[in-house]
Parts: sequence; C-alpha cells; structure tokens
Amino acid sequence: MKKILLFIIVFIPPVFLFKGEYAYFLSIMAIAGIYAIVAMSLNILVGYTGQISLCHAGFFGLGAYSAAIASVSHGINPWFSLAFAFLVPGMLALLVGIPTVRLKEHYLAMATLGIGIIIYGVLRANPWDITGGPGGICSIPSLVVLGKAIESDVGHYIAVLLFLSIILFFSHLLVNSRFGQLMEAINSSPHAAMSVGINVNMVRLKAFVLSASMAGLAGGLYSFLSPLSYINPDDVASVMLSVKFIAMVVIGGLFSLTGGIVGALILTWLPELLRQVTQYTPGISPSDLESIIYGMAFIAIMIMYPRGLVSRWEGHGYSQG
Amino acid sequence: MSGIVQYILTGISIGTIYGLIAIGFDLTYNTTGIINFAQGEFVMLGGMFSVALLRIPGMPAWICIVLAIALTSLVGLAMERTAIRPVKSASLTTAIIITIGVSIVIKASVGCFTKDEFVIPSLPGPVSMRILGASITSQAIWNMSIGMLIVLALWAFLKYTFVGIALRAMAEDRTNAANLGLAADRLSQLSFGLSAGIGAIAGILITPITQMSWLRGTDLGLKGFCGAVLGGMGSLPGAIIGGILIGIAETTGNVILTGYKDVIAFSIVILVLYIRPQGIMGGRL
Repeated sequence: MKKILLFIIVFIPPVFLFKGEYAYFLSIMAIAGIYAIVAMSLNILVGYTGQISLCHAGFFGLGAYSAAIASVSHGINPWFSLAFAFLVPGMLALLVGIPTVRLKEHYLAMATLGIGIIIYGVLRANPWDITGGPGGICSIPSLVVLGKAIESDVGHYIAVLLFLSIILFFSHLLVNSRFGQLMEAINSSPHAAMSVGINVNMVRLKAFVLSASMAGLAGGLYSFLSPLSYINPDDVASVMLSVKFIAMVVIGGLFSLTGGIVGALILTWLPELLRQVTQYTPGISPSDLESIIYGMAFIAIMIMYPRGLVSRWEGHGYSQG
Repeated sequence: MSGIVQYILTGISIGTIYGLIAIGFDLTYNTTGIINFAQGEFVMLGGMFSVALLRIPGMPAWICIVLAIALTSLVGLAMERTAIRPVKSASLTTAIIITIGVSIVIKASVGCFTKDEFVIPSLPGPVSMRILGASITSQAIWNMSIGMLIVLALWAFLKYTFVGIALRAMAEDRTNAANLGLAADRLSQLSFGLSAGIGAIAGILITPITQMSWLRGTDLGLKGFCGAVLGGMGSLPGAIIGGILIGIAETTGNVILTGYKDVIAFSIVILVLYIRPQGIMGGRL
C-alpha cells in the first residue's frame, strides 16, 4: 500500500507540472522510468536471488537493438517488435546462463562483465551490417495507439508509466509467489536450500533469464519512447551503463522493488540537478565538478546507508548471504 | 612462425603490466575482501603524475618517477581512510559501489586539469631488438624485467618481513588476525597504499607505449581485474599469469578478427572460467 502511494506521489504530478518549456523534464522522467524497469529486474536478480550481474546494459542494449532492427530494417509493427526485445535477450541469457549461474561472487561478476563487454563489442563492430556500428540506428518509428503515434514528451512519459506499473505489478506478484520464496531461500543459504531438494542452479537460471528479458523489454521501450528515436552502442550497452544500473539498485536498496525505482530516479535526476547548480561555479568545467559530486554522493550514501535508502524504511533485517 | 612469436612477445610485454594491475586487485582483496574498482584510476594517476612531474625543468627523471609513485600511494592511503574505513561490515556490492564512487571522483579531478593525451619518453636502450625473427622494443624488455622484479620483491616482502607476514595473516583470517593484536585497520590501509603504488608503476610503464589520458583508467582497471580473476582471485603468481594471458588473447584476437579485439579476449576469459570456475591458480572454491 505504501509503495502504491509512493508511486502515485512521485510519478503522477510531473504530467501536470512539467508543461511548455519544461516538457524536457518529462522526457528525463520517461528515461528514469525505463531505467527503473531495469533496476527492478536487477532487484529480482541481485537482491532476491543474490547473484550479481554486470551485464544488464548488454541485455538492455540487445533489447533496444532487436526492437529497432525489427521495426526499421524489417518494417515490423513496433508493438510486435517489442516481443523481440523481450525474447532475444532472454534466449541469449538462457544460452550463456547455463554455465554462468554456477559461478560465485567475483567470478560471477567477472563472467557477467565479460558477457556485457562482448555484447557491446559485437553491437559496435556491426556484424553483417545490421547494427550500424558506432553510429547506431536512427529514425526509429513510434508506437501507434488507436491510429495515433506516441511522439510527444507527455505521450512517451505516460506510456512508460503504464509499462512501469504493469511490470511492477507482475514483479510484485513474482517476488511474493512460491518462486519468490525459492529465490530468497537460495540467497540466504544455498546449502540449506539444496538439502531440502531445491535445484539451486535451476532457480538461478530462471531468475537470470527472466531478469535479462525484463531488461531487454526496457531496452525495447527505450528505442521507441526515448525523445531522440535513436540508439547507439555507447548509449544503450556500455559497461558504464551496467555499472550505473547496479549502482541504482544498491543505492536505492537491494531488497525491495521500490528500492530499484528510487535508485533509478535519484541517479537519473542527480546529474540533471547538478548540471543546474554547477553552471554557476567559476574556474572548473561544470561537467567535471558534476562528476566529482556525483561520485562523492555514491560514497556518502553507501557510508550512511550501507543497505541502500529504501530497505532502511522497510526495516529488512537480513544481510546479503 | 615469426608472426606468432611477435604476437606472443607483444602480448607478454603488455600482459606483464596487466599482471601488475591485477596484483593491486589481489592485495586489497586479500586483506580487506574488497574488490577495488578504483585500481585502474591509480594506474592512470601514476601515468599522469609522472607526465606532470617530468615537465618540471631541472628535475632528475628518477626523482619524478619516485615522486609519482609516492603521490599515488598517498591517494591510496587517503582513499582507505576516507571511503573504506568508515563502512564496517559492508557487503560485496556496497563496497563495489563505494570504490566505483572513488574512481569517478579521481577521474573527474584529473579531468579538471587536463583532458589531453600524453606520452613520456621510453626508458633508455636500443630502439628495437630481434628475438626469433620477431622485433621487440627496449621498453617492452624493461616492462617485463621491472614487472618480474616487483613480483619477486613483493614475494620476499610477504614471506620474510613481519608486516608482510601480518598481511598474509589478514588474508588467512581477518577476525583472528585482529584478535591476535594485529592492527587490522592499519594493515588494510597499507594494502591500499601498496596496491596504489604498484598501480602507479604499471601506469608509468605503460605511458610510453600507449599514451595516457584521464579516461584510460577504467579500461586498464578492467583488464587488470580480468587478469586477477582469471589467475584465481588472491593469488599473486596467478595475477601475473592471468595478466599475461589477457595480453596475449588481446593481441592475437585483433589478428583473428579485426575490430573484435575485446570480444575475443573476453570470450577466452569466460571460457576459462567455465572450465575452471576458481581461476587458473585458485584453490578450493
């Protein structure tokens, strides 16, 4: 209930507040909403199942590219293209997940980091001339609802909001289902879970595939709903974006879906706010000062709230296993 | 034939530097259990400090080098004191985010001063030599020998000095080491300073070959992390072997398919991990 209230307080007013020249803020909110979907997928994987992933920008980018290629190069309806954004990263995750989920801690971190770098490298290298190389893909069509294309910032934002709500709803069902309990069980003690007959690697694999598909879907949404209608490997698949996604869930709070949303909002808005503030400092270039404060915020939040901002409010007592 | 020797030689000389970076990861990991993602920034700092100091007229080069290493070590010590020590019992992910925060701060602070690419002169010696039909620069030979020297010195330090043994005790069991009266905080700080210093040496060695700029740290750090994990996290000989493997994978990868250098290098890393999940020199899992 508290979560729904928070959701309404944070996400509804912008529709009415940001108008005219401030419509630009709505497009930032739209991107924050899309990132929030990725952050939730990481909540399920890193928070509930306890597996780190440093390749979610890879799945996000793969989703974005699948949707864009399907709609631009093959003329498939954008709505159906979204299915590719969901399925292609999912299938890749299934393929690489089978050996990957057996790894632990930093070995898992390394393997997923490598997967992310490989996806980025392949997208950038332009195999068979389908990804457009470093330049990426431009003029991606818009989603069409009842014969009207969603092209305005308000339209993008409302569409993202709807998707975010639906995905939040299903994620909520998922983490409270029996499968959610299985995930928490293998997180708190894999050995105990194994001894009562849970197939630990199977649960991990399912969580990995599901999480990758969610991130891919978010990538597809980014293709159609970001203000530029343009994607390139550095924007959607870079290693730094993977790191940013992980930072979102850790800063927001690993152990609740709201944490991911809060983290996504903070890390998307912080640079924008800092940009406004640092414009007025003499001597130092604003973008550098912005990065310095951004980095210090990471450190400060983690020192004050080692479990992330949200879990403190919700009083979760357990630590990561 | 000479082609293969050439790639392997180039791979080893660049891989030794990755190995040094990997050793930095291992040192902090062993004593604190933290994977320090700011390690790459230490490498960048070492390179950039040496570039800046070598521009001061009338200063002997060796003093510049020593100063660059010392300054970077200071940054490492300061980092432990301000960002790592205040967080007690942090989980793996929390600590990772903190070190990423530190790396963002260091990178942007250097970016405030300059965003250009720099190069420093190579260490003295003939321009290039030929081994088995392959040519090798004297800087590459310097890199390999200095790398090996540092590994030996570090090994002797960890094996024969009291502080070194204390550091190994921390790696074995942190709680027990603290109970025995070892100053755990000081030792963690020392390991950060030490790994920053070794990172700085790696940075000074790589600057004559590939240039250095404020953005290079991330990439070099990733390669070092790969080397550390591939060799088996926490193992010093593993770090060097892992680093050299990454170096060779990278140079040969570029030959097999141009433009897919990183893709091939990381595919090899992942394949090795699948076959040996604990790394090459790693012990039990």
